[in-house]
Amino acid sequence: MAINEQEDLLVSKPSGSTRREFLQQASALGTGLAITSSAKAKGLPVNKINFSTPGNVTVSLVVNGKNKTLDVDPRVTLLDALRENLQLMGTKKGCDRGQCGACTVLVEGRRINSCLHLAAMCEGAHVTTIEGIGGVDNLHPMQTAFLKHDAFQCGYCTPGQICSAIGLLKEGHATTDDEIRESMSGNICRCGAYQNILDAIKEVHSGI
Amino acid sequence: MDIIGQPIDRKDGKLKVTGTATYAAEFPLKNIAYGVAVVSTISKGHIENIDTSKAKALKGVLDIMTYKNAMQLHQFSSEGPGSGKFAEKDLLPLQSERIFYNGQYIAIVIAKNFETAKHAASLVKVTYNDEKPVFDINQPEAKIYQPAQALNGASPKTERGDATGALSSSAFSIQETYNTPVYHHNPMEPHATAAEWNGDELTVYDATQSVYGNRAAIAGMLGIAKEKVRVISPFIGGGFGSKGFMWGNSILAPMAAKFVGRPVRIVLDRSEQMFTLAGRRSFTIQKISLGADANGKFNSIRHDTTSETSFVDEFVETAGVATKILYDTPHLDIIQNIVRLNKGTPCPTRAPGEAPGTYALEVALDELAYKLNIDPLQLRLTNYAEKNPDDGHEWSAKYLRECYEKGAASIGWASRNQKPGNTKQGKYLIGYGMATATYPANRSKATVGLKLYQDGHAVAACGTQDIGTGTYTVMAQVLADSLGLPIDKVDIKLGDTIYPQGPNSGGSQTMATTGPAVRAAALTVKSKVIKMAIADKKSPFYGQAEEGVMVDNGKLFLKSDPSKSETYTQVLTRNKQPMIETEITTNVSTREPQKTESNPTAKDGNDKEAGSDNKQAGAKKIGASKDETKGNPFVKEDEGHDRKNMSFHSFGAHFVKVLVHPLTGTVKVEKIVSVMDVGKILNDKTAKSQIMGGAIFGIGMALMEGTVYGPTNGRIVTKDLSDYLVPVHADMPIFDVQFIDKADTNISPIGARGAGEIGITGVTAAIANAVYHATGKRIRNLPITPDKLI
Ligand code: FES
Ligand code: FES
Repeated sequence: MAINEQEDLLVSKPSGSTRREFLQQASALGTGLAITSSAKAKGLPVNKINFSTPGNVTVSLVVNGKNKTLDVDPRVTLLDALRENLQLMGTKKGCDRGQCGACTVLVEGRRINSCLHLAAMCEGAHVTTIEGIGGVDNLHPMQTAFLKHDAFQCGYCTPGQICSAIGLLKEGHATTDDEIRESMSGNICRCGAYQNILDAIKEVHSGI
Repeated sequence: MDIIGQPIDRKDGKLKVTGTATYAAEFPLKNIAYGVAVVSTISKGHIENIDTSKAKALKGVLDIMTYKNAMQLHQFSSEGPGSGKFAEKDLLPLQSERIFYNGQYIAIVIAKNFETAKHAASLVKVTYNDEKPVFDINQPEAKIYQPAQALNGASPKTERGDATGALSSSAFSIQETYNTPVYHHNPMEPHATAAEWNGDELTVYDATQSVYGNRAAIAGMLGIAKEKVRVISPFIGGGFGSKGFMWGNSILAPMAAKFVGRPVRIVLDRSEQMFTLAGRRSFTIQKISLGADANGKFNSIRHDTTSETSFVDEFVETAGVATKILYDTPHLDIIQNIVRLNKGTPCPTRAPGEAPGTYALEVALDELAYKLNIDPLQLRLTNYAEKNPDDGHEWSAKYLRECYEKGAASIGWASRNQKPGNTKQGKYLIGYGMATATYPANRSKATVGLKLYQDGHAVAACGTQDIGTGTYTVMAQVLADSLGLPIDKVDIKLGDTIYPQGPNSGGSQTMATTGPAVRAAALTVKSKVIKMAIADKKSPFYGQAEEGVMVDNGKLFLKSDPSKSETYTQVLTRNKQPMIETEITTNVSTREPQKTESNPTAKDGNDKEAGSDNKQAGAKKIGASKDETKGNPFVKEDEGHDRKNMSFHSFGAHFVKVLVHPLTGTVKVEKIVSVMDVGKILNDKTAKSQIMGGAIFGIGMALMEGTVYGPTNGRIVTKDLSDYLVPVHADMPIFDVQFIDKADTNISPIGARGAGEIGITGVTAAIANAVYHATGKRIRNLPITPDKLI
């Protein structure tokens, strides 16, 4: 699968595509209306799907600020596109069916389960993965807080927890312990680092 | 500053919070192909026909491996997980058309991309010859029998005195049956293996709790030399026992890679595959009888357990194991039976035996206490075991009384109203419960390689694993402490058979086993440098006695005159040594005598074979060191310590407060106080995390987890994370974890015992007891779901 990188270019808005065209192409793919309605509901751009290699689709994404164009099987999830096509292995696959939160990334700043989105649904989307949140030498405050509070053990749920926690703070409605716990309940930590995750989130929240 | 005990951040923490820690499925391998499993849909019988033509015709499919074309594997059996234990010894994958359980491997589809492999897997058409399976213990065909031996060679039967006779002559008694369901580990990282052949050499990136164990099993099954196989597992996304024994993925990936002539990666699907191909905790049916006098002093304890195993291996969930040692009683009878069912094979799950066993025993104690109208805590103190009641040995160290005291004080135990169903907080019924925790303090054999470099940094390497327990971090603390270096100047390498052999990460033994080897290696290297300095005319220490020279912060100094000093770097540079290295093995077994192969205590050094493994393909690259164990004073001091007639166990106590909604029956755990005696705490932060993690597993066991099987076909109904509920953020109580933090100098000079499993023991009972206290309802079938309380 070809990966074309267009580093640091502006996102070119795919022009000329209409919602109608998309629908035709989407149903030709056998994926049907679900994509459009779901994508719309998520506030994702619904754009034209291009077919390059027969059977494949071309998808342009802005991942961690960089333009990426993928030529992928239409069945590829955003999660697998990140992991297998872009080699961004920070985003984890825990269940592949929206039940664990390990694959949480930010799309247009909102936390989503990347395993529940087809890459083809995300045309033009701005995706932030854990790699875009902060690296070893420039940790995001949430990463620093996770480290300080030992908010992980095996580390497998951790990128998802961190993305989810950052998304949560943006949402702005979780202020009490109970609210934070409730709003983080889509991210399972089998190692049981929950109390420390709560402490980390609270620390960032209060800006200490 | 003393680095031991400091709550330092994890050494591998930055990698984990940035998503740059690499797990088994994440190594970039050129030209990788994707393997997807096809599993059986019947529980017993034969494959009549397997038609792969449609699947194979799909564009992008490379090949399909079935029993018809898969390479023949060699039978491989071993003693235990450390030496390579394949979980199902009589069902090496894809070797025959026979079906023993639902969800068994029947094919691996290998394709250029994952989506194609998954689609193709759905196109494999199978017809079967069905036979009548036995998947329920209540079926008349189900045969219950006593196994020859249980985990680690333990006996399935323990008898002291005449428990049955003593029970009938006891003034007070209770006899109850407790049931725990099947539990699945569900680590967040699904089992995954990637394999790459390079000529006749094989590299396996594997999610395993035992790189050396899996290497032995993989090589054994392939019939090739161990040295030709390298197993790599620097990070694993949780195991909890499920990655302790080796499962099919670890051998199927190498087979598939050979089959298609390119690297292959196999990752199990969370739905179904993680429930049938990766082990589980067996259900238990536990009959417990307690006989006591009016004060609660035990006269008799009987603990009779039945658990399940498969038709292809025998694994025993030894629920009675903790009952043997926990309380003093003159008469005791512990029996373990199992039944073979057409299901996959169970395997160790966090505190195998102790976790369900302490649930039943500690609830039984609570029942007796209420019957006698005495404080449940007092009942435990009345029967406190001053020595190991099983063999009469002294405890290596035991501060359980202190655990009870601190826990009771922290939860406010004394001020509760002991009458059940009688206290309210708002609309909720509130209840308090407590239970004892215990787990063996295991230690075994480890070899550590150590290099101190001229620039003043040191690297220790050991082929053991950090499964989230904090091994990288606490080993670094031991190394920094013993070598006298700052923590940021030491590095730990784990999870690769390129390093000297370490223990499997099971039985809470990793730190207690590897730590002393790291320490001995560090002291050896330090001593070498000091010797070099005192023989060196240019050194300020020239001619001094070795004992007079200390090291701190990378600097050697004279004890009597600290102003006389120089750094490691100065000594090594002057002596033109790019580095000083060693390789040391420590071998101490703290297992109960009947489980011990031979006690190596006081032996002068070690047998060679199990120590260094310099023949491992690739070992040359890291420059494996010379074994310097023989005659080593630090090893001698440790191994020579008198451990005869000593019993090694950790203890603790959980105190729990729950809220129960009287109308809906929902249980909310509000607070858990856990006070643990696990010896010296090396890192307060990582140790607390271990205990909390264990307790959370216990919350799951108590209130929500449990695998449900279809009544007519033995298929798993709760086969993913939306049906198999594990604790989430919203289920969390407030945790208060405390440690006694007193060194157990008998287990090792470091004084630390493992903390990975003890946290789960007892907590389930404490919750069940608190629910009883809140509601007056005694639930003896886990999990305690709302329907059982209304
Ligand atoms: S992998 Fe997406 S929610 Fe589990
Ligand atoms: S850190 Fe292991 S699952 Fe959360």
